[in-house]
Parts: sequence; structure tokens; C-alpha cells
Amino acid sequence: MTDPAAPPPAFGPDLAEVFGPSQQDGGPELVQLLTPEGERVQHPEFDLDFSPEQLRGFYRDMVMVRRIDTESTALQRHGELGIWAQLLGQEAAQVGAGRALRPQDFVFPTYREHGVAWCRGLDPLKLLGLFRGVDHGDWDPEEVNFGLYTIVIGAQTLHATGYAMGMQRDGAVGTGDPDRDAAVIAHFGDGASSQGDVNEAFIFAASYNAPVVFFCQNNQWAISEPIERQTRIPLYQRALGFGFPGVRVDGNDVLATYAVTQAALQRARDGQGPTFVEAYTYRMGAHTTTDDPTRYRLSDDVESWKLKDPISRVEAYLRRNGLADADFFADVSAEADALGARLRDGVKALPDPQPLGIFEHVYAEQTEELRRQHDEFAAYLDSFEGSHA
Amino acid sequence: MSAGTEKITLAKGLNLGLRKAMEDDPKVLLMGEDVGKLGGVFRITDGLQKDFGEDRVIDSPLAESGIVGTAVGMAMRGYRPVVEIQFDGFVYPAYDQIVCQVAKIHFRSKGRIKMPIVIRIPFGGGIGAVEHHSESPEAQFAHTPGLKVVACSNPVDGYWMIQQAIACDDPVIFLEPKRQYHADKAELDDSVTPEPLFTSRVVRPGSDATLLAYGPTVKTAMKAAEAASGEGRSLEVIDLRTLSPLDMGPVLDSVRRTGHAVVVHEAHVNLGMGAELAARITEECFYSLEAPVLRVGGFDTPYPASRIEEEWLPDLDRVLDAVDRSLSF
Ligand SMILES: Cc1ncc(C[n+]2csc(CCOP(=O)(O)OP(=O)(O)O)c2C)c(N)n1
Repeated sequence: MTDPAAPPPAFGPDLAEVFGPSQQDGGPELVQLLTPEGERVQHPEFDLDFSPEQLRGFYRDMVMVRRIDTESTALQRHGELGIWAQLLGQEAAQVGAGRALRPQDFVFPTYREHGVAWCRGLDPLKLLGLFRGVDHGDWDPEEVNFGLYTIVIGAQTLHATGYAMGMQRDGAVGTGDPDRDAAVIAHFGDGASSQGDVNEAFIFAASYNAPVVFFCQNNQWAISEPIERQTRIPLYQRALGFGFPGVRVDGNDVLATYAVTQAALQRARDGQGPTFVEAYTYRMGAHTTTDDPTRYRLSDDVESWKLKDPISRVEAYLRRNGLADADFFADVSAEADALGARLRDGVKALPDPQPLGIFEHVYAEQTEELRRQHDEFAAYLDSFEGSHA
Repeated sequence: MSAGTEKITLAKGLNLGLRKAMEDDPKVLLMGEDVGKLGGVFRITDGLQKDFGEDRVIDSPLAESGIVGTAVGMAMRGYRPVVEIQFDGFVYPAYDQIVCQVAKIHFRSKGRIKMPIVIRIPFGGGIGAVEHHSESPEAQFAHTPGLKVVACSNPVDGYWMIQQAIACDDPVIFLEPKRQYHADKAELDDSVTPEPLFTSRVVRPGSDATLLAYGPTVKTAMKAAEAASGEGRSLEVIDLRTLSPLDMGPVLDSVRRTGHAVVVHEAHVNLGMGAELAARITEECFYSLEAPVLRVGGFDTPYPASRIEEEWLPDLDRVLDAVDRSLSF
């Protein structure tokens, strides 16, 4: 009997060799612009100047996104949501990527992209409908250029690639006009990187030079399965095998995530094809509110990642450099409180779906059979109302 | 195509129909394995890449989920992709994208996103192929809400139905009886108005029993009806054409008159289209029935090696035998 928790049998390089002695620092290849201590560092390839306003904006975004997350987790505990997919710890990866987008770019999210949704200007209440069970996502993707959440892991990477191929055909790539040139970003997790669809998406994107950025949040875990169960090489290195560049960025560093994603999106908009961005991060909470991470991981790991918190390092930088005063922090905190209160009240006010609505939108052109089932069900429901009268 | 009539095969009808759809709407794209230079392994897309370019007739990597999944994205961007699955048995790698994405996105998005995708599948057996080249997967798709499923059976329908499927805002699984591609010719008159896509049709009137067929078995049913008429039996043949939604009107009218129904398809009988038809006919015309609805189809085994496929496929004799059983009830 083999121990099910043991790593796969050695067959090639030793895992410790591949992932480095510490599996938590991301290795020398990690692009970083702001250290966990809040020190600004330079990078030869991806350096950018950030205005104080931009930095305060990142901070505010991340605080608001974290509040959406903690509030929704609490709402689930109170029975107002059926389930919630937490993003605690992944705020920088999402805000960095989300803020690098232009209005004409299009996002294909998973089920955890609440921070990207925030950057697209989507009302977070809209996200809660899905988790409460009143709809499957009630926003207009075309209005905010943010697709509906996708539950089947990896499926949306192909949609993103096809959409990017459509952009190419629309002449929205490589024209040199910054208001016109567009790109697509596809989000997925480290677990999803093992799916056939993701690998097929890489092949299609490379083959057609599609303007798509594959943005993987390597949060180290796919429910209970560690990254070592998905790959035997650092994930970003996979891209090379498909014929396009891969970059590993510190996903807890909002500046670096922004800089790398922006460069990758610009490559795509310019017609230079796909890029794979691996945002090296950590899922601080559970996979979802139904998960119990104490069954499969060490609290030591969690503790060490707490020291890399994406929000506190920006706060440290702002404070140390006098870029934000106490009023600013108090305002952001008050704004987050107000958002939390709005979500608490708003979620209870989300209307339950109407029974007869289930027959709508199955088809663009309704079938006679569904019309008949609708009418029969309506009569059946009416019969109860009659009996209650 | 010039005005007037022309004698064409099913392959030609589909080819002309695709060409017409591409001329009429610049958003129509063809995608699939070998659809470009080669014109598809059955040559259905012959010459289209030459005339419409590589951006509209797209040779894809060999990845069925990729073909359908990227078509989803193209549709979201406002295109009308027509994808070719090379053979029926190779649709399964794309099954998840078809049933979980293509079929559901309109519903999930409350109608905000349309999925005008046509998935063309050459289906059915009888061509002496190796395994995975002769299957009839229609029930798997007809069982999926959100998909529409049609099967053409002759050149003229091929020409019209493919254009109608492409014009439809719902995703359509478009089944083409591959052994009929190059078999018979029919006269195409481009000036007539076609019947709507989601309708079934009486293709041979009769009064003693009703044969229900679609795709490749329409021809089998017609032959059976021909043979039966020699014995003084009048069989009505209905070409269903649409499997989801089913157009039950002509079926019920017919069975109410004849009192006998026999369904003929190549797919396995267990939980196949015949089961659905039998249930619906029983619900709707129980008192007109003189015999239970009978089914003639492939056995509930994997499709056999080709040297014995003729025994496996429902043929004229098995159909006539079922008619005998029905009439002697
Ligand atoms: C095709 C498929 N298989 C299984 C699941 C169940 N499932 C949901 S999330 C998940 C783990 C995904 O991990 P990862 O891709 O790393 O993303 P993360 O949730 O960690 O962000 C699994 C197995 C699913 N949604 N889809």
C-alpha cells in the first residue's frame, strides 16, 4: 500500500529540486516590485512608475474586495448564501490584473474573480445572486466586458480564445489605435491547468496568434490537491512548450501583477499573440465555505503566507512614504463598512426566481413542447392558489 | 447557382447550402479538421476556403473540445460558426463543451448571449469503416435542453436545412447521413420556398401503418414501403427531419389514421428516439392505436466490425417484419 498523501513516485527530477528548497518564495524568476515588507524594488523588464493616486487606488480596491469577500463569507454563515468561493489572499493578483485592462478588453472569469469584477465596475451584489441561488449570474457581459462565471474548470479558456479570434477578424488587433486595439484575458487556477480544455486553448491561441492572456492564479491548492499534483515543472514554464512566453509574477504584489499583466495585454493588443501569466499566490482561506483546509494543509504554511499579505505591504509603502494620511485610511475603511452594509441588506432583497421563469431562455426561439409544459405547470400552480382561497 | 434546376447529391446540396449561407452573411465561419484545402474528409466544404479565405474557412488543430469551445467564444463575439466534427464517434471529446456550455449559455445568461452555432456531424453506418466512424449519438443531444437536433435525409433538404440551421439563433446539432452523401441525386429547384426547419414531413402517403424514420433510415423505410406495396400493403413514411424539438403534428395525424406505428433508426433501441416517440404516441393517441408502437433499430451493443454491420443495421426485412407484427396484433 502506498501512502495516498505521498508525492508521486520520483520519475525525473526531484520535486524539491524543481520547486526550489522553499516552495513559498516563488523562486528567482518571480517578478516583484514591492516586497512583503513594503519596500519598492526594481525589475529590469517590468518596471513602471506609479502615481500616488494609482497606489492609493490599488489599496482602496483591495480593501473593498476583501470586504466583499469577508462579508459574503459571513452571509454564507448566516444562511443567506448557499456557498461562497473565497478570495482571501488573492486580492492583489485580481486587482493588478483587473486594473491593467482597458474598457475594450474582455474578461473570461472562473467562479472566484470577484476582484476583477470589482475593477470592471460590476456591482458585487450581482455576484451574490449566483451564490445565493437566485440566478446563474445576472449581469450583461457585453455591458461590462466581463463574462459570466464558469463552474466547469478551464472551459472558459477556450471561449476566451475563440472570442480573441473574433477580435482578430473584427480588425480590433494591431491597428496601433489605443482606443481600438483589444485583448482578452482568461482566468483559471493551477488545478485547471491540468484540464484538456486549457491545454487545447493554449494550442489554439498559439496556432492562430490570438490576442489572449492566460492568467493563472497559482494559489497552491486545487481544493485539497497541492500544486505538485498538477505539475512537475514551475507552471509558467509550460508556456514555452506551447510556443509563447510565460512569466511568473508575485501575485501578492499588486504593482508587479499590474505591470506584468499590462505588458502581456499590450503584446496581445499589438498582435503579438498570447502570453501566460502565472500569479504566484496563496489561498489564505478555504476553497469554498464548504471546504475544511485543516484536513490537508499545515497551519504553519498559512502563517508564513500571512506575512506576505497583499494589502498590508501597500499600506506600509503608502505610510512610509507619506503618500496617504490617516484620513485616507479612515475614509477607505468607512467606505468598506458602507459597502458591507449594502451587501448585507441587498442580498436579502434579491428576489427569488419565479417558478414559471424556468421555461424562459432555454431557447432563443421557444419550442411548442416547452410552451405546453409551461402552460400545464401554470395551471397546476393555479390549482393550489384556488385550493387556498 | 443559376436559376432553374440541377441534379445534385447530398454532399453537393450541403456544399451549395454552406456557400449560400456564407455569401448571405459575412459572419458565418466554418471551422473543423481538414475543412480548408482538403474540403473535409467527405468534401462537403470543397472549394469554400479558396473562395472565402482562411479567416472564414478555418482548419483547426485536432482538438474537438477546442473546436467547439472556441466556436462558443466566436459566437459571443457575434459570429455564426459552423463546425464540422469529422466523424460521429469523435464528438465525445467535445461533449462537455456542447452540453454544458453551448446548450446552456443562452439560459444561464437570461437570453443575453445567443449561441448560433451549428455542429455538423456525419452520422450512421454502412460505409465499411473501422470503429468510431459509424455511430448514431442523436439521443444524447436530443436529451439536452438548449440544443436543437435535426437530421437531413436527401440532397434538397441538405441544401435548405443547412442554411436554415445557420440562420437559427439557437445551437443546432446537424446530423448528416454519411452513407447518403454521394449515393442518390435529386433535382434542386432554388426558386421554391423551403419548409421551415423544425418540421417533419410525410414523404410517402399510406393508410395501413406509419413508418417513422430520419437520416439514413428514411431510405430504408421507403424501400420497405415500396416492397410492402407489392404485397398490397399501404405504408405511410414520415421523415422526422427534426428530433429536438420533435414535430409531432404529422406523426399523430398519421397514427390516428393508420393505428399502427413503427419507428426505424440506426441508434441503439434502449432509450433512443424510438422510446420517446413511442411514449408520445401512446400519450396522445392511445385510443387510436391497434398495436403497441414498435421499434426497429441497432441492437444494444457497440457498433460491430464492418463485415457484419449489414446484419446489425435495421434493413428492409427487419422493418417489414415489424410491420407484420404490428398488423397482426
Ligand atoms: C471539470 C471540473 N471538475 C471538477 C470540478 C470541481 N472543482 C471545483 S473547483 C475545483 C478545484 C479547482 O482548483 P484550481 O483550478 O486550482 O482553482 P482554485 O479554485 O484553487 O482557484 C474542483 C476540483 C469542477 N468545477 N469542474
